[in-house]
Amino acid sequence: MGKYVPNTEAEQKAMLSEIGFSSFDELFAHVPEEVKLKKELDIPSGLSELEVRRDMTKLAEKNKIFPLIFRGAGAYRHFIPSIVKSVISKENFLTSYTPYQAETSQGVLQSIFEYQTMICDLTGMDVSNASVYDGATAAAEAVAMCRERKRKKALVSSLMQPDTLETVKTYCHGNGMELEFIPEKDGLTDIDYLKAHLDPSIACVLIQHPNFYGNLEPARQIADLSHEAGAKYIMSVNPISLGILKSPKEYGADVAVGDGQPLGLSLAFGGPYLGFMACLDKIKRNLPGRIVGQTNDKEGRIGYVLTLQAREQHIRREKASSNICSNQALCALAVAVYLSAVGKQGLRQAAELSTAKAHYMAKELEKIGFRPAYKADFFHEFVTVSETPSEKALAALEKQGILGGYPLDEKRILWCCTEVNDKRGIDEAVQILKEVK
Amino acid sequence: MSVKEGLLYTKSHEWVKEEGDVWVVGLSDYAQSELGDLVFVNLPEEGDEVKVGESFSEVESVKAVSDVYSPLSGVVCGVNEEVLDNPASINGAPYDSWMIRVKDVSDKAELMDAAAYEAYLKTLA
Amino acid sequence: MLIFEKSRAGRGCTLFPPCDVEPAAVPEKDKRELELHLPELSETEISRHYTELAKKARGVNDGFYPLGSCTMKYNPKIDEDMAALPGFTEIHPLQPISTVQGCLEVIQTAEKYLCEITGMDSMTLQPAAGAHGEFTGIMLIKAYHESRNDSKRKKIIIPDSAHGTNPASATMADFSVVSVPSGPDGCVDLEKLKEVLGDDIAGLMLTNPNTVGLFDKNILEITKLVHDCGGLNYYDGANLNAVMGVVKPGDMGFDVIHLNLHKTFSTPHGGGGPGSGAVGCKAFLADFLPSLMVVGEKEKHFEKPKKSIGEMKNFYGNFLVVVRALAYIKTLGKEGVPEACHNAVLNANYMMDKLKDIYTMAYDEVCMHEFVMSLEDLKHKTGVSAMDIAKALLDNGMHPPTMYFPLIVHEALMIEPTETESKDTLDDAIRVYRMLYEEAQKNPEKLHEAPVTMPVGRLDEVKAAREPVLRYEWK
Repeated sequence: MGKYVPNTEAEQKAMLSEIGFSSFDELFAHVPEEVKLKKELDIPSGLSELEVRRDMTKLAEKNKIFPLIFRGAGAYRHFIPSIVKSVISKENFLTSYTPYQAETSQGVLQSIFEYQTMICDLTGMDVSNASVYDGATAAAEAVAMCRERKRKKALVSSLMQPDTLETVKTYCHGNGMELEFIPEKDGLTDIDYLKAHLDPSIACVLIQHPNFYGNLEPARQIADLSHEAGAKYIMSVNPISLGILKSPKEYGADVAVGDGQPLGLSLAFGGPYLGFMACLDKIKRNLPGRIVGQTNDKEGRIGYVLTLQAREQHIRREKASSNICSNQALCALAVAVYLSAVGKQGLRQAAELSTAKAHYMAKELEKIGFRPAYKADFFHEFVTVSETPSEKALAALEKQGILGGYPLDEKRILWCCTEVNDKRGIDEAVQILKEVK
Repeated sequence: MSVKEGLLYTKSHEWVKEEGDVWVVGLSDYAQSELGDLVFVNLPEEGDEVKVGESFSEVESVKAVSDVYSPLSGVVCGVNEEVLDNPASINGAPYDSWMIRVKDVSDKAELMDAAAYEAYLKTLA
Repeated sequence: MLIFEKSRAGRGCTLFPPCDVEPAAVPEKDKRELELHLPELSETEISRHYTELAKKARGVNDGFYPLGSCTMKYNPKIDEDMAALPGFTEIHPLQPISTVQGCLEVIQTAEKYLCEITGMDSMTLQPAAGAHGEFTGIMLIKAYHESRNDSKRKKIIIPDSAHGTNPASATMADFSVVSVPSGPDGCVDLEKLKEVLGDDIAGLMLTNPNTVGLFDKNILEITKLVHDCGGLNYYDGANLNAVMGVVKPGDMGFDVIHLNLHKTFSTPHGGGGPGSGAVGCKAFLADFLPSLMVVGEKEKHFEKPKKSIGEMKNFYGNFLVVVRALAYIKTLGKEGVPEACHNAVLNANYMMDKLKDIYTMAYDEVCMHEFVMSLEDLKHKTGVSAMDIAKALLDNGMHPPTMYFPLIVHEALMIEPTETESKDTLDDAIRVYRMLYEEAQKNPEKLHEAPVTMPVGRLDEVKAAREPVLRYEWK
């Protein structure tokens, strides 16, 4: 049986008797008998470290690692520089608590301040929080933060990543905000529908860019329409795309959110990831979550603290607009290290490589009958339509150790390329598909 | 703790002053000292209605956020932008740092003159 | 120095190969024009920068970390190794189900063990943190009342000693909050509770032991009163370490519970996250659970609960955190779980006993896994506050306890040693606490100045909030 209690049984007994108890039973005597467990827990006996390793490794081996992946749909395999893992494995970061005691947490606080700066840099926004759980909750929190007394409705593009859409729905059902989905038209958010439904009750418009199909939305036009109607404009963006695509600020967004997973976090069967959230200065007090600010001590030394805390639940309690009281600090650290490692040139390069490979693959696929489903411009994901049943095509790839695109239906597949996909791998996948009949 | 003569006070530590048709509202010295260093204040907009006993503003210190209750029912006809920009002015000069002006006053909370308020403060000590 | 100030134009790491296909053009209207300022540094410089920052951070690995209600126990290294297995880290969340059977087994097994430990029938691992779990649990309660067309129930009862997330979570689900005062013993005041019960009550949120570290002996009566008026009982699992293996929340009358795997089940806090806020419930609420549930034995698959409240986040939760927690539970097993609980409670009582002759205990009785001291008297006599003692602890190589919580105790210091600390560590901490008490009598000025050995002294929080500087500005 493994355990992490350092005191021996004899030491425990001695401590008990030193404070006046003869046994643990006596120590727990004040807990009413009727709620106490009468038998031992029905879980297996504890294991040695060797056995745990053997058990867990066996579980890991039941999963299949695909050397080649052409699937994104909300989780992306990008290259992760070794420095990222090296930094986030440092125990001072890994095993520390939320930096409430600022004087002994300057390392964590400074890393978050730097993270916030980088997110502002990418998105063009003025203020970033210290991160939230993931891209989906970031979008949901963004919708909630735009609520006004007289504006309680959100218009949300249906071309969001499906889990994100569902999460926004759950949060809105919770807090009582009204929600309407803007349908798609030709692989893009339907602008005419948006125009017809913007009215003074709309608090915000939320779109994803590039959208779930990888297509580039008419993001600027949606900004103008939203603002004309007095609504806030929230963009959920892929952070890698910001190396070459316009920042949310340039498109006119009031709030920028997204999932930080592509920036140095592994696929990890869906988590932990990180949600980034940034906004214009004028609405910073509506921004939920932890925020780190710079200040100084009595001697003038620069230091960092959690700040603007009066927005938060521990002070505002039931009046707080969000209950979040943590951030994905270690993931934010990973993102900051990733962005430092790639630098401004590297981020651009990752974006250029990803979009180049995706366009190459799209062209090659078209040659063998997997035609582009939409005419719109795309970034690193695209949808094909084919007479070959999606499941059949993907099964053929899987047989060769390749995870193909994400099947949208019987004919349509959503593909993704990043900088890790080389030409040889793409050619190999296309060749396999060519032979599927 | 200073209590300024010529103003009227509420039990929730707001002060009011009548200036013709318009009433001016702020926070008392006692209120600001209890709240500590203020870091943020939000105020209604001109044209908003306020009601006796309802919160019209929130003031934030580093560790607390508190409602400011309206001593009057009426319509906001002036907002002190300076207080928004520099909440510390309430700490420095509470009786110069008015928060809102209210017109069309239809109702008032129970108000005390300076002497009565001073006596009331003694009961809190 | 900030990483941006170390940046030099043209430096960097070589990470990507040249493009082996034709470049793709970005449409003019979508081309980024705003300049990027990401730092340009060599790997040496990045590595040293973060090593320097790490030196200015403090983890459980550095020493005693008795943050009350945070359960800062040691984070076992095997758990880290297991969470780093490529068979977990390299798995895409949308892979074919036959290729992720190991992940499904991890989720299913963790759910099963956690249900057994808590006395619940079903569990979701989707919520990412404690607060997220609270919101999920409250949504279950909302969905339950909605499913019965019981639209009157708009209020959630929460004791005034509760953590701020409780009321905030209730608000996120559009409930109004009824705060009930605690009795003089720090527990729920039954009479006050009865006064607010009625057919408008959706439920009660409670932690037991409560936030002052005491086990509420009236728990069965409390939960029954709430049930009798048609409400549900929500268990905030922040303090589960105090009872796991000894009492099951399910046996105390709770219908919904959230756990903090990053507290009770030893996954690291990472400076604020990622955590995991697993939510369990009794069978009658299982149909409302979010996301996808793992079902099946030999061939496992996902199924959406029939009346699911929907998704709480992307995919299936913070999976790698769950991997760590599972490795931990496997290590402890049925013997180790109660043993951890016993020793958590022993360590807390031991420390309390050795301090209570000088420090005033907020509630002087047998505590569970943590205890609360009130430094109100000390402050009155010497001017030394809970904050002063906390900061002086930093100068003595110790992380301070939780301060100024719960709000119902003035000048509170809340100490939770956890079971992973040895008697030697506790004795050393006791010595320091006693020494600081003496210091407060003799030399209060010195304590006001603490800390003096840290990279910075006490920071000006007023300035930080009045003139917020929330990012670096490029010159």
